[in-house]
Amino acid sequence: MLTHDTAFLFQQKIDNEIKIEPKDPMPQAYRKTNIRQISQHAHSEIVGMLPEANWISRAPSLKRKAILLAKVQDEAGHGLYLYAAAETLGIHRDEMINDLHSGTAKYSSIFNYPTLTWADIGAIGWLVDGAAILNQVALCRTSYGPYARALVRICKEESFHQRQGFDALLVLSKGTLQQKEMCQDAINRWWWPSLMMFGPRDSESTNNDQSIKWKIKRKTNDELRQSFVNMAAEQVKVLGMTLPDAALKWNEESKQYNFGEINWEEFWNVVKGKGPCNKQRLEARKKAHEEGTWVREAAIAYAEKKRLFTDTFKKGALEIA
Amino acid sequence: MQDSKTTNNEKSSKPLGSLQIPISGGREAFLLHLADNALLLAQRNSEWCGHGPVLEQDIAITNISLDLLGQARNFYHYAAQLTGDGATENTLAYLRSEREFKNCLLVEQPNGDWGQTILRQFLFSHYQYLLYGQLQYSNDEPVAAIAAKALKEVTYHVRWSSEWVIRLGDGTKESHERMLKAIDQLWTFTGELFVPVAYEKETIIGFDLPSLQQPWFEKVSAVLKEATLWSPNFGEAVFMQTGGKQGIHSEHLGYILAELQYLQRAYPGAEW
Ligand SMILES: [Fe+2]
Ligand SMILES: [Fe+2]
Repeated sequence: MLTHDTAFLFQQKIDNEIKIEPKDPMPQAYRKTNIRQISQHAHSEIVGMLPEANWISRAPSLKRKAILLAKVQDEAGHGLYLYAAAETLGIHRDEMINDLHSGTAKYSSIFNYPTLTWADIGAIGWLVDGAAILNQVALCRTSYGPYARALVRICKEESFHQRQGFDALLVLSKGTLQQKEMCQDAINRWWWPSLMMFGPRDSESTNNDQSIKWKIKRKTNDELRQSFVNMAAEQVKVLGMTLPDAALKWNEESKQYNFGEINWEEFWNVVKGKGPCNKQRLEARKKAHEEGTWVREAAIAYAEKKRLFTDTFKKGALEIA
Repeated sequence: MQDSKTTNNEKSSKPLGSLQIPISGGREAFLLHLADNALLLAQRNSEWCGHGPVLEQDIAITNISLDLLGQARNFYHYAAQLTGDGATENTLAYLRSEREFKNCLLVEQPNGDWGQTILRQFLFSHYQYLLYGQLQYSNDEPVAAIAAKALKEVTYHVRWSSEWVIRLGDGTKESHERMLKAIDQLWTFTGELFVPVAYEKETIIGFDLPSLQQPWFEKVSAVLKEATLWSPNFGEAVFMQTGGKQGIHSEHLGYILAELQYLQRAYPGAEW
């Protein structure tokens, strides 16, 4: 428990934009919120590998295969940085992974949608990585130091992913009629779930206020969602495609795009585990983990043998000396 | 994209599919063999991406997959230049059929468990290390350059896979048994690596392929010994499966290609 004074000092640090570091005193709730957010972010990177990995074996050219493999590998790297950042708060990676597998911890709902055609890979890069960037750029200035630093590295790679995704769609948009249809269809299916990535409306978000005050979050869900719509509504014109929202319209007064209402019923159902791929994604993660048990055990057993060997060897060496 | 009806190619490749890629000589066939080996193993390893036993190793196997894919692309690219007639790395990888692929049987074998994947990589990387070690001195300059660059990558693959073979062989009882099973599965595909086919004659590749077998066996044996997996049987004549290098594959290849080539086949002529 922090005393009243230390709580005051803590908030003062935050207000003065001084980063909180692992050994600094911090309110228990700050620690918990960060663990929850960082581990959730890490899980999203890892579960997010699955829908895209679904197309690695079928990528339509060797260049696209290489780009996709490297992209999915980047996401694994992001997961790794983030688990490491969360570990600085005193939780172990195993524990976080257990929470993911037991359903206690969440990950981004977007990955509970299926990748049905090749164009989905482009759409994910453009829209999903695009939405992630907006979230994460805002988070690069988050108050917890290790998280902020991990995000700076991640953001660089994410913007690369977004460009590659857009480029893949651009090629389709200039391709055959079938490719154009594939492109539009993917945009249609990924558009609304991408908007959902920013979370519930500010008026309904339970974590927003305190997180903003502690500068864990720097912008609200609705602010970020609006920037995303503004960006995508312009970029889709370059593709010669449309966004599936009849209400999408430039508003001269607010200098923003107006847009339609998200299907919140779908949103909450997917969050609660009823999306098209929730079960499949979690099963895939659990299967990989369970089938890897013997490998991890063997690696530990071997390391242990080596350590013992080195110890005896050292001891032997000492005795001889 | 091409629809080739070339007449100048020798009979080294039989007209098997509707889309026949012209192979005008042994050198192109050898390049395709090198490329196919790397592509097939890249494709197999990439199945692990997102499903590895631990995050760090998921990244490592994907890295190897990317290295191999890069090697495949370099060899295809060069083969396409020599072949001409509109051939590209993609026509070569995506529009040849099962009987036209020249990879060895080892690389198309299923991933199995992590131990089997590791062992496949181990057996193959040690071979590739020696092979590229020779090819880097090839008087065919592009081949020498590709091999020299790839050799750095393969050096890491050798180290990584050898370390894992030792760790799993000498880890737990279960891991040891799984490795023995993997050896039982895969050893029979190692002989093919050193039996030269028509396009691997010394006059084409610049060295005597069978001469790699002894150094390979010694390296591999040394690691297997350290991994407590070695048995004197390995030195004895085991009946070896062959055929892949001449286009007679296992049943697995058809499925691999069906997936790999699906989009190029379904939408002929499209750009991606
Ligand atoms: Fe990421
Ligand atoms: Fe990404």
